Amino acid sequence: MQVTGAEIFLEALKREGVKTMFALPGGVVLKIFDVLHQQKDIRVILTRHEQGAGFMAVGYAKATGKPGVALITSGPGMTNVITSLADAYMDSVPIVVFSGQVPTALIGNDAFQEADNIGLSRPCTKYNFLVKDVKDLAQTIKEAFYIATTGRPGPVLVDIPKDISMDKAEFHYPTSVSIRGYNPTYDGSKWKIKQAADAIMKAKRPILYVGGGVLLSGASQEVRELAELTQVPVDMTLMALGAFPGDHPLSLGMLGMHGTYVANMAMHYSDLVIAVGARFDDRVTGKVSEFCPKAKIIHIDIDPTSIRKNIHVDIPIVGDCKRVLIELNNILQATVNGNQKEQRKPWWDQLNAWKEEHPLHYDQDPQGQIKPQFLIDRLYQLTTDRNPILATDVGQHQMWSAQFFKLKNPQSWLTSGGLGTMGFGLPAAMGAQAAFPDRLVLCVAGDGSIQMNTQELATAVVEQLPVKVFIINNRFHGMVRQWQDLFYEGRYASSYLGTVPDFVKLAEAYGAAGIRIAKVDEMDSGIREALSIDGPVVIDIPTYQFENCYPMIPAGGCNHEMLLGDPPDLKKPNAMQRIGTQADSDSVITA
Amino acid sequence: MEHIISLTLENKFGSLSRVAGLFSGRGFNIESLSVAPTLDPSVSMMTLVTKGDEPIIEQIMKQLNKLIDVIKVVDISESEFVERETALIKVHTRPEDRAEALRIADIFRANVLDSSPTSYTIEVTGDVRKVQAIINLLQPLGIKELVRTGRIAIGREPTRPAQAQSRPLAKAN
Repeated sequence: MQVTGAEIFLEALKREGVKTMFALPGGVVLKIFDVLHQQKDIRVILTRHEQGAGFMAVGYAKATGKPGVALITSGPGMTNVITSLADAYMDSVPIVVFSGQVPTALIGNDAFQEADNIGLSRPCTKYNFLVKDVKDLAQTIKEAFYIATTGRPGPVLVDIPKDISMDKAEFHYPTSVSIRGYNPTYDGSKWKIKQAADAIMKAKRPILYVGGGVLLSGASQEVRELAELTQVPVDMTLMALGAFPGDHPLSLGMLGMHGTYVANMAMHYSDLVIAVGARFDDRVTGKVSEFCPKAKIIHIDIDPTSIRKNIHVDIPIVGDCKRVLIELNNILQATVNGNQKEQRKPWWDQLNAWKEEHPLHYDQDPQGQIKPQFLIDRLYQLTTDRNPILATDVGQHQMWSAQFFKLKNPQSWLTSGGLGTMGFGLPAAMGAQAAFPDRLVLCVAGDGSIQMNTQELATAVVEQLPVKVFIINNRFHGMVRQWQDLFYEGRYASSYLGTVPDFVKLAEAYGAAGIRIAKVDEMDSGIREALSIDGPVVIDIPTYQFENCYPMIPAGGCNHEMLLGDPPDLKKPNAMQRIGTQADSDSVITA
Repeated sequence: MEHIISLTLENKFGSLSRVAGLFSGRGFNIESLSVAPTLDPSVSMMTLVTKGDEPIIEQIMKQLNKLIDVIKVVDISESEFVERETALIKVHTRPEDRAEALRIADIFRANVLDSSPTSYTIEVTGDVRKVQAIINLLQPLGIKELVRTGRIAIGREPTRPAQAQSRPLAKAN
């Protein structure tokens, strides 16, 4: 029986196991929406902006490990979703985005709401398709999901012209896919894995450098086995948080620009770096020429282009992290002699000394203004037993969350790493909440970044996605201000926001609950109150405005040369005068 | 150093722009590029000339391999190969230069494709040095237009007959 392209689309998505999609309609996709409207198998969440739809798909994918799906229209719908595609591409998130396109006969005619969707998305997708014949639609959707979820995962775009959604064809869904130019390597070279095992046994100061690839390949358990077997300390990248329990005795926390002192010192002075599913990002390496000067480097990654891209690697292993680690652990299991703890003692003595020397810290005056770290710390303490999912935006609050919120489980950390997209947190949290209606989903945002996607509060209310959004409100783009403090002599060019909305009223305007926590001693009761509310809640927390995030390795700096606090000559007390505006006189600002 | 990379890729809409986009997006340079379908019409063959030090070339090869439309990537210049390029040169000729132009064409075994009272259009095929040499010689006469195909290359077959089992076995480790 012949069915329309729109029906083929629906049937194909069902075969792929899609339960939820994030969507915003427009002229050329109405046929598809009409079909979606008449079924109950797939939940369609109407977002208020296409960027929100894309980020919700990302949040859904990160929290579930399954591909996230978004459906948007041509032209502006497409250009709006580009940021989410670029974000998913940088962080290797499997999402499949379906875009509407003008009818095939009009393509290239500058038709109404036409855009070159394929050309626009080419540099920020793993692959993209334009469907030119309804007979190819099912096969294309199958290939799109296959490419998005296999190898190094990533976003795939399928562009569907209006006439394709209305044309008719027989529905045949392929059972398997074979693409001759696409054959990811999953099994690592046995010879190289043996070499790696030997190197680990010989190393005196080894360090595991764990990246987001571990989460993507589901290798958390294997990383833990490797670390415990060999007593090797574990550094995690921003993307990997949750891949290894943050409160495990072998965890040194996050490394990199705002990583812990011990994590960065361990990298710098190690003699063997075991990189697993990490890509030596510039936020991790700092100055490349002085990165890990004494270390041999083992690099396990499924993407050959990640290996030796910017750092020389001694033992490259191309393969799926999980499979390679299983193999590696098998070899090590047979080799370790049971007194690993003893052998590693000198290294651990050094690490513990570093830990004690400069632990993460902040000073909270019980009578003074709220420090942002205090909020994260309390939020962590009060929610950790509920195994929450934590989403963040991008900036200081993101780094503080990474430092103080010690996630225990994989797939519970939603953050924009590679692209660093402000406005990511709220929609990502909602995507995760849509997948897990009963779990506690938190979002920590800044007053700057939350304003990039507040419109999705409407979606959260209508779709009953009870996310809890904590806004660290310092009326600044805090990270920008920090850089201006440190590198631009405190000239706050366009980092002071001046008036920000009353976030409590804003939440209420959307029909969500709003709470303000203004005093230190209201913190715990405020957080508890927020968690007790069934629907979405926005919690506004005015904080000390000039708190800076440390440790910090200045861009291009060397990993063992961290700033551990404000330099003594930092002139913050006069800072507000330099904004050049009439600074608010309310209690928030008293530097 | 210069490398000649031979790519087998899907002959479909957008494949070329994926390759070109990779080079522009990552700041690799393309000296020349030439592409046409093969015996199998679903597959194209592309010859791409690029420059870079060893790590850059390694990245270029890996990045090309990563493209889903790319089926096979070979660095032809890593072993013996032959290369050819064709140029069409429209050279301006004053009456006293016409014989000289023909002599130069003759030396390079080039063909004259078109002739007008004030010009010749000369076709020359050869390796890049030969093409450059004839251009250098014709330049003083006045080149009005120059079109080059970009280089194509193919690996050489071994010249010695294959000898079965002639290589010593690798020592076991």
